[in-house]
Amino acid sequence: MKKINLVIVGGGPAGLAAAKAAYDCGERDILILEREAELGGILNQCIHNGFGLHTFKEELTGPEYAARYVAEVKQRNIAYKLNATVIDVSKNKVVTYVSEEDGLVQVQATAIILACGCRERPRGAINTAGMRGAGVFSAGTAQKLVNIDGYLPGKEVVILGSGDIGLIMARRMTFEGAKVQAVVELMPYSSGLNRNIVQCLNDFGIPLYFSHTVVDIKGKDRVTGVVVAEVDEKLRPKKETERLIPCDTLLLSVGLLPENELAKNAEVQLSNTTGGAVVDENLMTNIDGVFECGNVLHVHDLVDFVSAESENAGKCAAEYIQGYKPCHEKITIRCTNGVRYCVPTVLNKDDVYAAQSFKMRVSNVFKKVELAVLADGVKVFGKKRPVVAPGEMENIVLSAEQMKALKQASDVEITLIK
Amino acid sequence: MKDVIVIGGGVVGCSIARELSRYKTDVLLLERGNDVSVGTTKANSGIVHGGYDAMPGTLKAHYNVLGNAMFDQLAQELEFPFRRNGSMVLCFDETQKDKLQELYDRGVKNGVKGMYIVEGNDKIKQMEPYVSDQAVAALVVPSGGIASPYEMCIAYAENAAQNGVEFRFLSEVTGIKQTEGGFDVTCRDGSVHQGKVVVNCAGVYADEINNMICPEKLHITARKGDYVLMDKTCGYLASHTLFQLPTKMGKGILVTPTTHGNILVGPTATDVQDKDDVATTAEELDQAFTKGTITEPSLARRNIITQFSGLRAHLDTDDFVVGESSVKGFYNVAGIESPGLTCAPAIAVDVAEQIANKLQLKHKLHFDAKRKAIPHFATMSNIEREKLIERNPLYGRIVCRCEVVTEGEIVDAIRRNPGAKDLDGVKRRTRAGMGRCQAGFCTPRVMEILARELGCDMMDITKGGGSSNVVIGRTK
Repeated sequence: MKKINLVIVGGGPAGLAAAKAAYDCGERDILILEREAELGGILNQCIHNGFGLHTFKEELTGPEYAARYVAEVKQRNIAYKLNATVIDVSKNKVVTYVSEEDGLVQVQATAIILACGCRERPRGAINTAGMRGAGVFSAGTAQKLVNIDGYLPGKEVVILGSGDIGLIMARRMTFEGAKVQAVVELMPYSSGLNRNIVQCLNDFGIPLYFSHTVVDIKGKDRVTGVVVAEVDEKLRPKKETERLIPCDTLLLSVGLLPENELAKNAEVQLSNTTGGAVVDENLMTNIDGVFECGNVLHVHDLVDFVSAESENAGKCAAEYIQGYKPCHEKITIRCTNGVRYCVPTVLNKDDVYAAQSFKMRVSNVFKKVELAVLADGVKVFGKKRPVVAPGEMENIVLSAEQMKALKQASDVEITLIK
Repeated sequence: MKDVIVIGGGVVGCSIARELSRYKTDVLLLERGNDVSVGTTKANSGIVHGGYDAMPGTLKAHYNVLGNAMFDQLAQELEFPFRRNGSMVLCFDETQKDKLQELYDRGVKNGVKGMYIVEGNDKIKQMEPYVSDQAVAALVVPSGGIASPYEMCIAYAENAAQNGVEFRFLSEVTGIKQTEGGFDVTCRDGSVHQGKVVVNCAGVYADEINNMICPEKLHITARKGDYVLMDKTCGYLASHTLFQLPTKMGKGILVTPTTHGNILVGPTATDVQDKDDVATTAEELDQAFTKGTITEPSLARRNIITQFSGLRAHLDTDDFVVGESSVKGFYNVAGIESPGLTCAPAIAVDVAEQIANKLQLKHKLHFDAKRKAIPHFATMSNIEREKLIERNPLYGRIVCRCEVVTEGEIVDAIRRNPGAKDLDGVKRRTRAGMGRCQAGFCTPRVMEILARELGCDMMDITKGGGSSNVVIGRTK
């Protein structure tokens, strides 16, 4: 069996950034496996701008942002395979992939970075009743049809869910001459970025209904309308508020799920909250030498954050190959009082010596709160925020000094002080 | 003039066509839809029933036991997914245990073999560890099984076509007239087809077809059942098909593994006026799921990947109608609701024999009973996969990532006779789009492959025939 030091599953923004960073840390034996015909991942269909403000201090489109990282990878002559789908990753770090060109190939890796992104939550997962004709798409599928293939999925559109892809597609469909009747959001707040609500809905006069949902889909062969209703505080539809919105298309933007089927095969421990792996400060999972980064780990707001996280994973994977082994003593961080999750969740006690960033999401909209880190109940870090929301990822950075306090603690908690 | 015209391309029509193709005869099958298996056959529980449920003396009971016994050989010949996983009828109330005995006795009368009753929750849990603590006794029916109904129907259709049966789609029958040597069957497109014998296998529309020609009228009610389908990660929850003991409150909801490793929960039962009304409702989906948790309390809503509903053809007489009607040469196979899938193979042999006797047909010398399934990449060993890709590199292109379906399989599905012509046809034959992302990623790819193979435009590609076009135009 062929041996490769570092196999990176996925040639999207996460995989590319990880490959570049691993190379820059001295690792030369790298293989990126990408299932699509091009590197760049989902960025290739995100032709709108707004990418790269943090990384490059300028606004790029998705393909432009991807191209920068593709160029970095090509410049370094890092090996990659296209149209190559990984069908299995074992806990012994054997990666099995298939491609038209190579057939079925098994590779023994020293380290693996899972950078395979996320998928959209489909209609089935949200239990929407009604007919099952054509015209119901996840927003990302519609985006691919419009931006890559050049086809229009429909003319009269209702969008369920105000995730970022849904908001972007509201504008995109409008540009293509479709009429977007409404964006309907179950929660009393949006899970998308505020800037997308302004630029994609408000600028085009598209109404956004909070605390509403789609309760029925009409039409035999093709969607002819959807029934929309307001929901109560327990998210149950109120019958008396039901009304039919005629349309031929329903786009769903109801959440993204990390795609962790390969991780499961490798017996990687997954978080019930994020659906991604439970990782330590090196972004390593419970399986020695298996790392995760990007949207397969947890769904990010901005690709810039994916790149930064993935560069860290690449660096840590290179160090692992060079001989670094994590210590046995771990601290698991608890998230409480409105903090849904944080990444990393596990710290290697002996190795905590540098400044460390934590990314997290909250479970609701909270005003005037303090994001705090407690060591054995004592506050070692606090960051006041005027407002926090589930749609915006929070980031805190603890100094080396503050991390030292965590090292000595037996209980570490990230919490919201209201 | 054809010897036989079969109306309806569900599992009943396709199995009869296949059994007729054993004889030297000319058979035409007319189907309203764009494909076979698009009505009741595509959306039901997929259960191969033991045969204890139907009342002794009914056609349901008769064909059930006969049909059940045919599945092992049939699944081997036609290579469709089938597993004799056994059924259990669960009783949740000490005072109802005599009802289990009643079912057992009925089963014995019907000729069901191997049944036994287990008592005590611990005994039940030895067989099904995740079942509710409330289950106090169970009837175990080892001969119960599960099959993939649409794949079974497609297998029958392909084997029938292999042996000379002609299929005509988009051919809704609008009129039947008796002529001198047979019948004129008219379709909505104006075409007229002549046959010596007509077999009515039109599912929920079998009453309308019958009433076009027979003085004895039939009345079929479309009885809708909603189902929820769970992710394969829940597959461990049940190995048997788990029924609930019918109570005053109704028949109960079943929880069953599918042949592909998902868990299926349902069906509800609501009579609907519109025979095309397969809309699920929030109330019924909730009812199916909630009642399912009586059997399996650990079922979790977040693991639901899709929901669907199907229609059962319920005759007022509550039994099947099978055989020649008072109009000589016109055969009815009507009211084929549960246990219809189980009965279909036995009904098919019976009806084909009746017709063969009537027309004095002789057996073919070279009938080929064997149908090869589409290679199933996902369940192969790596060595088999390597060989397959070597033979045809298209098997190295994974199109549906959730179910690991390759382009090779999709091309095969389209090129078969009768082949897939739309997304649903590809889905039912290969499972592309049946996984947890529910076709989010593979839809555009499958559309491209369909357009290429069928030589049509992307805009002509439909989800399931008719006007179910996926896209409506080009972008600006």
